[in-house]
Amino acid sequence: MRFTRTYKALGVAAVLALSLSACGGGSSNDSTDGSNAGGDTTKVITANTTEPGNGLLPANTNEVGGGRVMDLIFSGLVSYDADGAIVNELAESIETKDSQNYTIKLKSGETFSDGSAITAASFVDAWNFGAAAKNAQLNSYFFESIKGYDKVSAEGSTEDKMEGLKVVDDTTFTVELAQPESDFQLRLGYTAFYPLPATAYDNTKSFGENPVGNGPYKLAADGWKHEISITLVPNEKYNGPRKAKNGGVTFKIFNNMDSAYTEVQSNNLDILDQVPPSGLQNFKTDFDGRNVNQPYAGNATMTIPSYLPEFQGEAGQMRRQAISMAIDRQQIIDKIFYGNKKVAADFTSPVLDGYNASLPGADVLKFDAAKAKAMWEKADAISPWPAGKVFTISSNIDGAGNKEYITAMANQISTNLGIKAELNPIATFKEMRALVNSKKLTGASRAGWQADYPSLYNFLGPLYGTGAGSNDGNYSNPAFDAKLKEGLSATSVEAGNKLFNESQEILLKDLPVVPLWYQAVQGVWSENVNTVPFGWNGVPLYYEVTAK
Amino acid sequence: MSENLSNKNEPSNLGSKSLRLGKTSTRVIEHYVAPLEETPLAAVDKVEEGGAPLSLWAEAWRNLRKQPLFIISALLIVLVVVVAIFPQWFASVSPTSCTLNDSAEGPRPGHPLGFTLQGCDVYARMIHGTRASLTVGIFTTIGVLIIGGIMGALAGYYGGWLDNILARLTDVFFALPLILGAIIINQLPLFRDNKSVWTVVIALVTFGWPQIARITRGAVIENRSSDYVTASKALGLSPFGALVKHVLPNSLAPIIVVASISLGTFIVAEATLSFLGLGLPPGVMSWGNDISDAQPQVRNNPAVLLWPAAALSVTVLSFIMLGDALRDALDPKARKR
Amino acid sequence: MLMFTLRRFLQLIPVFFGATLLVYFLVFATPGDPIAALSGGKPMAPAVEAALRAQYNLDQPFWVQYGLYLKNLVTLNLGQTFSGQEVSAVIARAYPVTARLAIMALAFETVFGVLFGVIAGLRKGKLFDSTVLVASLVVIAIPTFVLGFVLQLVVGVQLGWAKPTVSGSAPWNELILPAVVLGLVSLAYVIRLTRASISENMNADYVRTATAKGLSRRRVVVVHILRNSLIPVITFLGADLGALMGGAIVTEGIFNVPGIGNLLYKAILTGESATVVAVVSILVVVFVVANLVVDLLYAVLDPRIRYV
Repeated sequence: MRFTRTYKALGVAAVLALSLSACGGGSSNDSTDGSNAGGDTTKVITANTTEPGNGLLPANTNEVGGGRVMDLIFSGLVSYDADGAIVNELAESIETKDSQNYTIKLKSGETFSDGSAITAASFVDAWNFGAAAKNAQLNSYFFESIKGYDKVSAEGSTEDKMEGLKVVDDTTFTVELAQPESDFQLRLGYTAFYPLPATAYDNTKSFGENPVGNGPYKLAADGWKHEISITLVPNEKYNGPRKAKNGGVTFKIFNNMDSAYTEVQSNNLDILDQVPPSGLQNFKTDFDGRNVNQPYAGNATMTIPSYLPEFQGEAGQMRRQAISMAIDRQQIIDKIFYGNKKVAADFTSPVLDGYNASLPGADVLKFDAAKAKAMWEKADAISPWPAGKVFTISSNIDGAGNKEYITAMANQISTNLGIKAELNPIATFKEMRALVNSKKLTGASRAGWQADYPSLYNFLGPLYGTGAGSNDGNYSNPAFDAKLKEGLSATSVEAGNKLFNESQEILLKDLPVVPLWYQAVQGVWSENVNTVPFGWNGVPLYYEVTAK
Repeated sequence: MSENLSNKNEPSNLGSKSLRLGKTSTRVIEHYVAPLEETPLAAVDKVEEGGAPLSLWAEAWRNLRKQPLFIISALLIVLVVVVAIFPQWFASVSPTSCTLNDSAEGPRPGHPLGFTLQGCDVYARMIHGTRASLTVGIFTTIGVLIIGGIMGALAGYYGGWLDNILARLTDVFFALPLILGAIIINQLPLFRDNKSVWTVVIALVTFGWPQIARITRGAVIENRSSDYVTASKALGLSPFGALVKHVLPNSLAPIIVVASISLGTFIVAEATLSFLGLGLPPGVMSWGNDISDAQPQVRNNPAVLLWPAAALSVTVLSFIMLGDALRDALDPKARKR
Repeated sequence: MLMFTLRRFLQLIPVFFGATLLVYFLVFATPGDPIAALSGGKPMAPAVEAALRAQYNLDQPFWVQYGLYLKNLVTLNLGQTFSGQEVSAVIARAYPVTARLAIMALAFETVFGVLFGVIAGLRKGKLFDSTVLVASLVVIAIPTFVLGFVLQLVVGVQLGWAKPTVSGSAPWNELILPAVVLGLVSLAYVIRLTRASISENMNADYVRTATAKGLSRRRVVVVHILRNSLIPVITFLGADLGALMGGAIVTEGIFNVPGIGNLLYKAILTGESATVVAVVSILVVVFVVANLVVDLLYAVLDPRIRYV
């Protein structure tokens, strides 16, 4: 349970350093210092969100709109502090000797907001519910490492108890995984792993509309007004490290961040965690001293599927490297994003424990037009690029801000490699996903990853492991798979991280995706609140915010 | 009004109705009637007996070419068309060689209007965007005029079941969301792999004609019961002939107004479709595309947005003026002597 | 006239079924996989995917899907959204807001459109006429998403005259700015249409007669010219009411109005047939009714037009 925080501010912008120090330098247990001290802790603060995609059930919430609410009205075994380090919430201890068998002891006397006790069964039943096929929960794959998952998740299965979960007594349960996974405990703060009160299963649909949780907040009576707002009030029964420092949070639902931005400007909205493209150039002056720009655990990449005929074998590898070196990432960041991102140096995120900014082989991510052109010609010598072939970069453009950078990137590739490259706009996300899932892309595609939990493995295994769920480019390299497995079997997170970074060296040669930049959150707040700290995942730490 | 229910509004018995319902006054007033030579009427109504009869259109053309409004608008349109066909005559800089080094830079020699976010020359893009925008504007307008005009005219003139069917069809098409239709049209095998400006034209025509149909129908209903229609039929003109020769020309005013404004809104609608990935392919430039791309920078670099918008305005203005002139020329009542 | 109205309403039945079939098919034919999109690009367990497909009948062929939809429709069950809410509840929440916004926008464009149009038509070629023309051009050439954004920034933030966005309950006063933005393009149409009609009718014989009779100019304009000029304007407004009731994706987005436009837009993008079909069907009814009202108004405005 101990982690050394290797990640320091990493020389990002001064703004970042300031905002980090403002939230107390790390663990939220002792963050009573800083500028939040002395704020009004009784006023209600308002913040933006989007309409949750589903009822508020832990294993069915897989998007940010619902996720941020869930994280406030529930608490799991552990939670993440501002830096992404795990802090015990309900867990008294989580012990393992082999990274495969875990014994979890709960703090006693904790209750849900309705007064019912939180026991080992609250967790075990909730996880079984989330995993079972018959309940069709979107996050069910999160339980796949638990022994017995394959049985409960098989299509048509009526089985709903995973054999890897055993209740020992009221406050103890054991978890047996199908194989060793050194970062399992890092996952336990994710939404899918929250406990549920026994009453939840009576009618999960109505529970999802009106959930009873155990987090620092609870849903107010009739708190969820669909498409309008979600009102949370402090939960007095909560005793964990994330105690609410305000009189409640009211989320206002916005479909358009431009409008949310103007609302913060007029002090009608307190917190906006996503400055829209139209504000990127101005938010630091519009909100002088009331803004933040800090990296979070997410990145942007470009997938070049391995099934494309032009990107096979040695020539394909050279072409991917050439394309990577032909992109002047810093220029795109400066001109399109007004400097509000950071050039990628690996496949993960600098926010994570174990991040290494100078992996061997990372030079391939540095802009070098001459080298790129030479590499491209070398590839052409092996197997020529089809005459007149356009290198397309597919992206759904129903989300704001994708079109601009992909156009810029395509222009750079065209100029630096002497081929024609262009954006292939896809109208809807569902069409994009269908193209990706059916492996029918005819060129590169926009990709990216937002961490579910702060772990290097989360950026690697699900994306590049052979046959993994989000391996959109069909990448497969046995050496990489072996390295990952070795990392998972490590008995400590540190040892695991070292092996994960070694696996990244393989990726840097193969470039199944071209890493572009690390995502950063641009947040602003109104004159009504004190400094707003943001977490490792780019979500504001709402419970820390005090009114003026 | 219920007592009128039994009277079917067949055009044939409308003449007598209109008398009774009183557009014309039935009061008898004693008048002083000036001798013909005391009034300018003789000069005005003088008929060149040897002259060939002028058709409505020939007469309109004779009026039109004397109007300054027409001459100015026609010259502007010719200019825009020439720019659309030969953009290279007007811009020497390539609109597609863009580099981020120039991103959002201001004007400098050779680049009089500055650069876009992507570092493209604003002036060159404005010139080269003319073709796609004008194609969308003009051909969509022509398309909706043909389809909507025919549908609306038939529905309004003949009424009855034909009107019911056509009008309900119009209602359904009105209610269909453009985006949904555009997604489908983009997906048709014909367009999937060769998106072009015609994809946009077809999408916009498919969803734009109901408006013209409605307007035409309304105008035709208004005019079909006029005295001159009855008169022309009494003179032996077929009902369809009366529609084409008399009703339609007299119904043109609102159609022209709506069409000339729609021309502009179609050009803008193309922007919306392109913005959603349902419009022009990425390589094709258009004013609409540039306007929507410039939206996020409107606070810091409004010029990038304003130039294509200005080009669009001038085009729309010239078509509105042309429409005005045409309408005046076609309206016998407005004719100046 | 009663028969005429009744017949119109009877026509609604085939139109309604035709429209639902057409729309259902169109949504069905849109490319992509709605269920794959639900996972947000993250993995999804195959069993979960299969269960969701079955839940929304997406594993069935088109005719079965549509048949099941109709079957539910008979029991007034409009189906569920992908977030598990009842479509009927979602629409019941959003429609009043959109209707309010549409009525305000329509009122705005009618009042100002006719007023400016009459003045411009009476003073053709004068300063007012030209000013209105130029203003119309601005409205036409600058798309709503730019104009609305700028107005929001200037009126809402810098001047602080109005709240930049609309609150959840969408009260009338907060809808003024969105209604103006929404009605601007149509305003240009109404002005031009009124102006054209007015200037055409100014030279009509009956106007000369009325003037010769010694009627005041005001009476001539309001009673004689205006009444006879309104048919194209009414036609346009009737169709526009329908268009406005369909919700304004852009305007609702800018001002964060929880209306039908956003709902429909999201439903189309995600392929949520139940929502799209329900919203469009309501819209068809609105159009048919609006068209009926317009046709009845024709008869009021022009006594020569009558219906059986």
